[in-house]
Amino acid sequence: MSDASFNASTVAAHARADEASFGDYFALLKPRVMSLVVFTALVGLLAAPVPVHPFVGFCAILFIAIGGGASGALNMWWDADIDKVMKRTKGRPIPSGKVEEGEALALGLALSGLSVIMLGLATNWFAGAFLAFTIFFYVVVYTMWLKRSTPQNIVIGGAAGAFPPVIGWVAATGSMTLEPWLMFALTFMWTPPHFWALALFMRSDYDDAGVPMLTVTHGRRATRWHILVYTALLALLAVGTAFSDIGGPIYLVVALVMNALFLRGAWQISRRNEEGSEADNFKVERNFFKLSLLYLFLHFGAILAEALLKPYGFGGWL
Amino acid sequence: MSLRKNHELHQRRFSRNLGVGLTLVAFIVIIFGLTIVKVSGTDFNMAPQEVQN
Repeated sequence: MSDASFNASTVAAHARADEASFGDYFALLKPRVMSLVVFTALVGLLAAPVPVHPFVGFCAILFIAIGGGASGALNMWWDADIDKVMKRTKGRPIPSGKVEEGEALALGLALSGLSVIMLGLATNWFAGAFLAFTIFFYVVVYTMWLKRSTPQNIVIGGAAGAFPPVIGWVAATGSMTLEPWLMFALTFMWTPPHFWALALFMRSDYDDAGVPMLTVTHGRRATRWHILVYTALLALLAVGTAFSDIGGPIYLVVALVMNALFLRGAWQISRRNEEGSEADNFKVERNFFKLSLLYLFLHFGAILAEALLKPYGFGGWL
Repeated sequence: MSLRKNHELHQRRFSRNLGVGLTLVAFIVIIFGLTIVKVSGTDFNMAPQEVQN
């Protein structure tokens, strides 16, 4: 039966006020996560010691972003059942009934293939293969396997979100060195304290969904200590990166200030108990979460500043 | 029903169709731009011995 053969009552029955718009399909790509992917991949691409044609660079970032978005759609397809339960994710296109699960799967698969092939054609096949591996890691290793089976889900799954600067670097150079892996390690070590702080103040969400978040399996006190330990290790790594080829005086100042603030926040979280946190509606945990966003942005911003100033004789240690 | 008359479905899905259309146009522009950049660069220059032959 074609659309034209619908009579008025059939159309009325099918016309839904909540029908998906273009924006709902775009929301499947997790635009906020995509913005982080775009920024870190861009820094990886520009920090690489090889000039890239601006249009090729633009295409590389675009296809890395689409690849990240595709894995977001596949994540929403697989996690539709738990997204319905969690307050934070209830409004997503699938749980809200706007997009069918099968549509998310089809969009995710199509965009995955497209982004990998186009990145390979635009830059090199090493970068394309790396993007394919990242999508596989996020969807299969993290979403399908680790997320529901181990409290270390955030730690290992964080690797998927840490790959974009490496892909950006490989897209520019076609090869691998230590520096992109320092950027990888920065995001990788940053992810656990960032998400555990969120889990502390979105307290019932992960319990309700049955996701084995550290707060559920090991308790909230253990989570507070984990945040402190990971933040201390992150601080060592972040400050140490200042003395590599992607670091420099600007980065060093940013790293010293931001890591001091981050460590102070983690220390405060570790000293608090549940009664105190509930009394002020998790103010310290919320502030730590907000600070974590600024933390990553400023570290990558400083790496970018060092790279952009290098041609003028300012960036790096020279 | 006349084929020229807009079906209710067309109005309801206008924004979605417009979005898909613009995305496809953007994709064509990107492919075209990439082609120009690639053929203008050194990637497609013939090797010296091929030029001599």
